[in-house]
Amino acid sequence: MAEIGIKNVRKSYGQTQILHGVDLNFKSGEFVVILGPSGCGKSTLLRMIAGLEEISAGEISIDNKVVNDLEPRDRGCSMVFQNYALYPHMNVAANIGYALKVAGVPRAERDRRILETAKIVGLEELLNRKPAQLSGGQRQRVAMGRAIIREPKVFLFDEPLSNLDAKLRVQMRVEIRRLHKRLSATSVFVTHDQVEAMTLADKLIVMNKGHVEQVGTPLEIYHRPRTRFVGSFIGSPAMNFFETTIAPGGDRVLLDGIAQAIDPLLGSKNAGVKVAVGIRPEHCRLVPAGTVNSVPANVDFVEELGSGRIVHVEIDGLGFAVSVEEDQFFEQGAMAGLQLPAEHIHLFSQETGLRLDDAPVALRQSAPKTVAA
Amino acid sequence: MIERTPILNAVTYLIMILGLILILGPFWMIFTASTQSLQQVSSVPFNMMPGGDFLKNVDAAWDRANLGPALFNSLITSLLVMVGKIVVAALSAFAIVYFKSPLRHVFFWMVFLTLMLPLEVRVIPTYNIAADVFEPVRWIINAVTGIELSLQWNLLNSYSGLVLPLIATATGTFLYRQFYMTLPDELAEAAKMDGARPLRFFIDILLPLSRTNMLALATIMFVYAWNQYLWPKLMTTDASYQTAMVAMRSLVPSINALPEWNVSMAGALIIMLPPLIVVAVLQRWFVRGLVSTDK
Repeated sequence: MAEIGIKNVRKSYGQTQILHGVDLNFKSGEFVVILGPSGCGKSTLLRMIAGLEEISAGEISIDNKVVNDLEPRDRGCSMVFQNYALYPHMNVAANIGYALKVAGVPRAERDRRILETAKIVGLEELLNRKPAQLSGGQRQRVAMGRAIIREPKVFLFDEPLSNLDAKLRVQMRVEIRRLHKRLSATSVFVTHDQVEAMTLADKLIVMNKGHVEQVGTPLEIYHRPRTRFVGSFIGSPAMNFFETTIAPGGDRVLLDGIAQAIDPLLGSKNAGVKVAVGIRPEHCRLVPAGTVNSVPANVDFVEELGSGRIVHVEIDGLGFAVSVEEDQFFEQGAMAGLQLPAEHIHLFSQETGLRLDDAPVALRQSAPKTVAA
Repeated sequence: MIERTPILNAVTYLIMILGLILILGPFWMIFTASTQSLQQVSSVPFNMMPGGDFLKNVDAAWDRANLGPALFNSLITSLLVMVGKIVVAALSAFAIVYFKSPLRHVFFWMVFLTLMLPLEVRVIPTYNIAADVFEPVRWIINAVTGIELSLQWNLLNSYSGLVLPLIATATGTFLYRQFYMTLPDELAEAAKMDGARPLRFFIDILLPLSRTNMLALATIMFVYAWNQYLWPKLMTTDASYQTAMVAMRSLVPSINALPEWNVSMAGALIIMLPPLIVVAVLQRWFVRGLVSTDK
């Protein structure tokens, strides 16, 4: 268990800057997920913690000890790679035990710990197999076994689930979470999959283009995205946006000429500001056409989910996705009314992309309970 | 692709069989000549059927060319060259691929350029160095400090002289480099995370993984070293260091002697045998190592 401190860390390759000064602190035993689109620098940051990439500027410390100039083996981290990187010519036992062999642990002790580790990851039946004879999920387990046998202070996961099929991914996600509960080592998990991020994280970090966009619990980030990017990146289907100006009174915005109420407290401070209005598909409501307070919308097409459906509607060329309940049906080409509940509207400045308020309506009304770790 | 083209098939088979005859024909001639007596081998036209003098000819060739020690010398030098080439190739490619030194491309291309400078081209300077290994060292020291040293090391008439100049290998380095580049980077990183230092990674991970590659290289290099003629001929004046290829020279009839081609061919057959065995044994890996990226 160890704290990780990241102070103004930068990375550049020649002229190209990958990370523009990242400041983060991970508490001991925390499960941290770094989320971002590909190329945002999240893997680079992880590899810098591991010691596989040099730190161009700034400081990384593990357990209050600056590790910038330490070799990976001296940092007390272990890592699970995206493609597992198992040693193809060694069997499962040798793969798991290689770190101990390098460290010169005596054979008997090594065998005992290999068996112990294999039990934790459920591989005791397969110790003599070669990686080529294993399924994707089993390889993933070997990679995890190899990481935990060293009893590291820090676990690093570099998109470890993205090579698995959807079903296995969900299963391994649960196992990783369970493993963390059992070992409670500080874990840093990099992914571009927001479902993985939301479900695994104690602390979620959203990155974009080498900057940290937001740090918070998954619920904070879901309910109070600090920037337009975070709002659009978290949530599936993605948040709907339209650009407009807050009306002079500060209590509404116009969508297709029809007034939509917004939080008056917030709006009155920002009257006349050009904003991007964001609202999640699960917070929009579709009502029969002609209902009061609804914007007439043309049903473009419908995505069936079984437990509900995603209705894509169009208002004057502007697309909206709306998640509706199992018992709500809409025909393609029909007209419907779209309602945007004021308490779920997010406002972002068009200029800076930053969230306009700092105490969002939805939170003021019902603050989400903190997740029990 | 499945196609039904019986005529085309027949034609391709015909071409293939012709090619086979073209390649195997000379070998058959060597074999039949080696079994015939002096009269039979000298008859015109040449008789393609084997005669009954095989053992007599082999015996004569063995004695006349002193093939026992010569084959032994060839075997020793070829094995040493083979092992040396593999070690040098594996290590130099390791340095080029896994160490991000800014000059590694320069080094790689320098190694690669030597492909254009086979031994035959640089045989005189190489001979100079072999005759006086420390000459360049002395020259540099003299140029820098003005001190004349009397270091001397002469490789002529020695196994090291037969082996060392042949060990550097661009082909092998290139083959190994290509192999290392097929391995995912994460393998090296995983080993790093597991605490393995570079040499440990090389021995524990890279060498076992490159087994097929190594055997392919062994096949090529053994045959290459076995077939060396010019260099051993230059290097060895002492008959006890003569290799089989050089010994073969004494079996080729000279102008005024009897044209005993039957004995020459019997000798050729004996000398051909060891590389043939090596290729036969290793050919399975030879093909795999060259063709696939099998890991």
